[in-house]
Amino acid sequence: MFLKKLLVAGVIFCSFIMNGQDYFPANDGVKSKNENYTVFTNATIHTSPSQTIKNGTLVIQDGKITNVGKSVAIPKNSITIDLKGKHVYPSFIDMYTSFGIKKPERPSGGGRESQYDNTREGYYWNDHIRSETRGVDDFEYDSKSAKGFINAGFAVVATHQHDGIARGTGALIALNTDGNKAHRMLDNNLAQHFSFDKSRKSRQSYPTSKMGAMSLIRQLHHDLDWYEKGNVNTTDLSLEALTRNKSLPQIFEGDGVYDAMRIDRIGDQFGLNYIIVGSGDEYKRIEDVKALNRTFILPLDFPDAYDMENPYAASFVDLGDMRHWNQAPTNPKHFETNGIAFALTTFKLKSPKEFKTQLAKAIKHGLSKNKALAALTTVPAELLGKSNEIGSLKNGSWANFMITSGELFEEKTKLHEHWIQGRKTIINDMSINDIDGSYAVSIGGISYDLEIKNSTTKVKGTLKKGTEDVKSEMTYADGWVNMTFAEGDNKFVRIIGQVVNDRLAGKVVLSNGDEQSISVNRIKGSNGTEKDKKVDTPKAPVVLPMTYPNTAFGFKEQPKQQDLLIKNATVWTNEASGILTETDVLIKDGKISKIGKNLSGGRAKVIDGTGKHVTAGIIDEHSHIAAFSINEAGHNSTAEVQMSDVINPDDTDIYRNLAGGVTSIQLLHGSANPIGGQSAVMKLKWGASINEMLLKDKKFIKFALGENVKQSNWQSFSRFPQTRMGVEQVFVDYFSRAKEYEARKKSGQPYRMDEEMEAIVDILNEERYISCHSYVQSEINMLMKVAERFDFKINTFTHILEGYKVADKMAAHGVGGSTFSDWWAYKYEVNDAIPYNAAIMHNAGVVVAINSDDGEMSRRLNQEAAKIVKYGDISEEDAWKMVTLNPAKLLHMDDHTGSLKEGKDGDVVIWSDHPLSIKAKAEKTIIEGTVYFDIERDLQMRREVKAEKNQLTAMMLAVKKKGLKTQPAKKKEKQRLHCDTEQTIH
Amino acid sequence: MKIVRKNIALVIAVVLITSVSIAQQTPASKQIQTYSIVGATAHIGNGTVIENATIIFENGKITNVTSGNTATKGTVIQAQGKHVYPGFIATNTTLGLVEVGAVRPTRDNDEIGDMIPHVRSIIAYNAESKVVESMRPNGVLMAQIRPVGGRISGTSSIVQLDAWNWEDAAVKVDNGVYLNWPRSMTRGRWWLGEEPGFKPNKNYIKQTEEVKDFVQNAKAYTHGNASTNLPYEAMKGIFNGNQRLFIEAHDERQIRDVIRFKNEMGIQHVVLVGGYQADKVASELVSNAIPVILQRVQELPAMDDHDYDLPYKLPKLLVDEGVQVALGYDGEYWQVRNLPFYAGQVTQFGMSDADALTLITKNPAKILGIDSTAGTLEVGKDATLFISDGNALDMRGNILSKAFIQGRDISLESHQTKLWKRYSEKITGDKK
Repeated sequence: MFLKKLLVAGVIFCSFIMNGQDYFPANDGVKSKNENYTVFTNATIHTSPSQTIKNGTLVIQDGKITNVGKSVAIPKNSITIDLKGKHVYPSFIDMYTSFGIKKPERPSGGGRESQYDNTREGYYWNDHIRSETRGVDDFEYDSKSAKGFINAGFAVVATHQHDGIARGTGALIALNTDGNKAHRMLDNNLAQHFSFDKSRKSRQSYPTSKMGAMSLIRQLHHDLDWYEKGNVNTTDLSLEALTRNKSLPQIFEGDGVYDAMRIDRIGDQFGLNYIIVGSGDEYKRIEDVKALNRTFILPLDFPDAYDMENPYAASFVDLGDMRHWNQAPTNPKHFETNGIAFALTTFKLKSPKEFKTQLAKAIKHGLSKNKALAALTTVPAELLGKSNEIGSLKNGSWANFMITSGELFEEKTKLHEHWIQGRKTIINDMSINDIDGSYAVSIGGISYDLEIKNSTTKVKGTLKKGTEDVKSEMTYADGWVNMTFAEGDNKFVRIIGQVVNDRLAGKVVLSNGDEQSISVNRIKGSNGTEKDKKVDTPKAPVVLPMTYPNTAFGFKEQPKQQDLLIKNATVWTNEASGILTETDVLIKDGKISKIGKNLSGGRAKVIDGTGKHVTAGIIDEHSHIAAFSINEAGHNSTAEVQMSDVINPDDTDIYRNLAGGVTSIQLLHGSANPIGGQSAVMKLKWGASINEMLLKDKKFIKFALGENVKQSNWQSFSRFPQTRMGVEQVFVDYFSRAKEYEARKKSGQPYRMDEEMEAIVDILNEERYISCHSYVQSEINMLMKVAERFDFKINTFTHILEGYKVADKMAAHGVGGSTFSDWWAYKYEVNDAIPYNAAIMHNAGVVVAINSDDGEMSRRLNQEAAKIVKYGDISEEDAWKMVTLNPAKLLHMDDHTGSLKEGKDGDVVIWSDHPLSIKAKAEKTIIEGTVYFDIERDLQMRREVKAEKNQLTAMMLAVKKKGLKTQPAKKKEKQRLHCDTEQTIH
Repeated sequence: MKIVRKNIALVIAVVLITSVSIAQQTPASKQIQTYSIVGATAHIGNGTVIENATIIFENGKITNVTSGNTATKGTVIQAQGKHVYPGFIATNTTLGLVEVGAVRPTRDNDEIGDMIPHVRSIIAYNAESKVVESMRPNGVLMAQIRPVGGRISGTSSIVQLDAWNWEDAAVKVDNGVYLNWPRSMTRGRWWLGEEPGFKPNKNYIKQTEEVKDFVQNAKAYTHGNASTNLPYEAMKGIFNGNQRLFIEAHDERQIRDVIRFKNEMGIQHVVLVGGYQADKVASELVSNAIPVILQRVQELPAMDDHDYDLPYKLPKLLVDEGVQVALGYDGEYWQVRNLPFYAGQVTQFGMSDADALTLITKNPAKILGIDSTAGTLEVGKDATLFISDGNALDMRGNILSKAFIQGRDISLESHQTKLWKRYSEKITGDKK
């Protein structure tokens, strides 16, 4: 057994000592040098994905390839290995691993208090920027992990410290089992790495969100520029490392397709050629990914099927997750067919052992073998700037290659030997002879029939005495067969024999200790191969079609803009003409073209509006749907962060909002700090890309007052401000500094580009508008006074629950109020919140909107408007404007939406009933002439969702039946985001 | 007739003016004079509507509900074109137990301990809560008060929402025990580094066994002479049928286990609370006589691939299958005043206004065990009712001019209306 283990473990080619380090003194013997060649002949040599040499010869010496080709002169001092029938491939390269580098431990202690400042000296102000890290310093060769890579075909891996937002540089390691670090380190300052994840080494709070990480990286580059120009008197080792490593490949790890887009934005802003580490869901938005025109490193961690056997548990699995199981293996194929460059990695797999199966899955799902090989050899080599050393078989390259039994990526093909830097590791011994067949053995006068199967893989011997099975164990390695079987209780017979050609010769040790020599001939070859043939008729996998977005209720085809004529409806114009009965609305080219009686619309699609009400689309001034995160809580001002960095266009709440007649929202930052982040104003074009939804020219920013910014309701006592007094000072400080910043900028003197200050300067210049989360009258008044002192106007107070107490002052200042209809009591500062607030502010001349701050309520804003009729007796028309025209005004979009007026956008809702009625349902929600929600189509989609889930369930059950791995039924957690949401689940 | 009406108008005016000038929270005194409401559309609360009704109530009880010309008694309230409803009954609430959500000293809804049926919500009920008084202008006049947390949270009680103290408020004390059925899925604590999302609860069976064990012990206790055990003592009413066991459960597996539990334990009155997937078990709920207090109607679907309007239409799906349904409120306590609009929401799916009304009147009364005195406008029941300008299930119609609890002419003022009036006058000069 020991011998077998030793052999399977491979390795060992003792006569061949690693050269190199010849300037080292030798005290253990004489200095010797091996300059012999090893020559591989008669092989099919795939020197690169595009070039194959049949009957080729490969010559290596001292770890490198010295010659490769069809007719190659074989040096005299050669050892020749005949590879007739075998294939030779360049070894794989994994350019994204943490091989041999342990993740740092989190510091213990620290308590629950947030830590706002950095902890290091001489480095960047943010602890998560660790660009000075050199992965090689933490590197220790891990032979166990190396074995996994080697067996999976990898000879060279790039590794680095996966910790922090800027992670420093890595190293390129050859997985040479014999050498030492000196041999293995091909490069010790390889590529520079980035991610969105904070360092485990520091508890520094900022950034708490992805948008904060985005902003931090942006500011880092501005600071780098400032530092490089010699404007800083102190030393910053992090920035110096960034300068030093500029010319290296820059690799940025993301988590999902939207991270890829974020990374691309940063790359574009600073002219950086990032290689993006993908996550496997890029296929969902492949056209957008293609447009990035970047190179990717793709993991292959395809999800396991869910265990659907228990229908109760299965009911918690969402269609989106089921589809991802079905479609994820097509991800590499989509990259290939869209011409997007990519390398493949074992990253995210539990072990490189899984790599072969997962890659096979990707190939089965359409990835070409050639492309797969390139993604593992030439592409990573080129990306790392190492094409001359690794990735192909050419003169001067490292002798890193695999010897296989057949074409690579064929299911039956075996990897025999893996040579790395000229050192051999045996994976599946190619010297093993096939001894499958039948043998007649006579032992102690008794005749047995021995049947041997699978001798070249996992041998199985079946011993029979006549028709009776004899339980036995068999091993076969290095040409030796060893067999043990029982002959009665505790009586064992052992056979040991060597196989030469078709003869098994050796001896038998009987249970009594007597020995007997044997020599038997193989009677016939095994017929075991026939069975294999039957199994393998590869079926094309069933992959379900994608939708836009690729979740339940996504569109099979993106809906198109249409000319629409709505006939004979009650039309709420929100204009001087008021509510018109029996009226037609014509939408052409995405705009409202005509409103009147008996219109004809040419080829416009006619919709019967009899008995229906037609209104402008609802606009939610305060929304937190369609976002990956809400608060950047790491600083008391985060004016630099941008909600547009964290839009989630796949959020089902978009669809649900449409079903409630909502066409536009302001995605606001939360209220964790007095100065929050920049809003994203968007139209809810379900299925479209982020760019198509976002209204880039609408520039808003969130400010906040009160309990949240004081951190009153959670354990935090260290961040300024802790009182409303302090809140004012934060504003005064920032506005004062912004003025000085702008003055310096205008003066022509050098200045440190500051993304935060840029946003505040925009506010002072009324180029960016404040929407301020507010509760009690004192603070509301305060902010207006601060603004007046700096000579600008607050645009909107949102929530504004005590607005009614200072409505006269608000009207005088010219600020709008966007409030809840009837929320109160949930915290101390809403004690005096009253549902009559909107009415009083409205009556005082303030532009009033009713907002949601809630993904459920946002889909019933028509009802919330109706509450303003109840509380405070506002006319129905005015109440309706509070969810349409007035928020449009507050968002400076009333010039093109918010009312039904010729020339405005065709953002229109058709209601089943009076829109303020509790019975009203949105039947069609139209944005710019495109029907994004249709209640009839919704019914059809429900049927499709059910059918598709059923189909996928059956497929998953089949997987389980086959005995393949499944994961327990799980339900993803959908976090409901509000102003107060500090942490988002990733 | 004309003269009478004039006088009555004067009386009403006087009543209104005095009610404005006195402190809003002051509860109305016992009904002395008899009232007759005439000419209104009476929404009985049992699925029927009487046009041009005459409703008479005296000594706190309804004595007449008829259509057309019936002799009036006492003070006549002309309500032509208006609508009369039985007071809405909110179920599954923490009204009066929490005043300001974020302020810990004002929270009395969640006691420590896992199996604490002896903990009684009624004694913590704050009859003078500003939140409670804000219910009344929307027609919510009665409520079930329940404790939360743990496995068995304690006992619930029924209160009317115009009282000096909890004792006066109580309509039915300790009417039931609240049990939170173990969850079949548990949530990964992502904030501790666990994988987010929900996965099957490994301890589900153990936890349900703990519940059974407790209930069996409590049952055994009823037969023996053991020394006092407060938790077991508190369960006695469950076994003799005097109290209800309210069991909160949401998914199909849980609900089926609840049904089995009811039968195994021999509990007469089990009420399912929550019931997100109750429609999948509807016929079993009917055959086992288990009514449902549904979760909040205005809620998002639990999963991305669920119908966007599933929580909106769920009450109708259940009613169509014959399940007895009341609309509950498991969200923010202060939102309970929107209960009528949850019922209104259901009418979007073809349920009539009259049938939707039963979900917040007759059905909760029956489910809570107070149907002999409350829930409908029927002779012999408490005169707990109100007059609304329009459809009280619609925001625009839900405008109350009068409300009575047990015949007492209650104030419709609140902390909020007071501020409204004060600041309307300050800001716009409008006297309200």
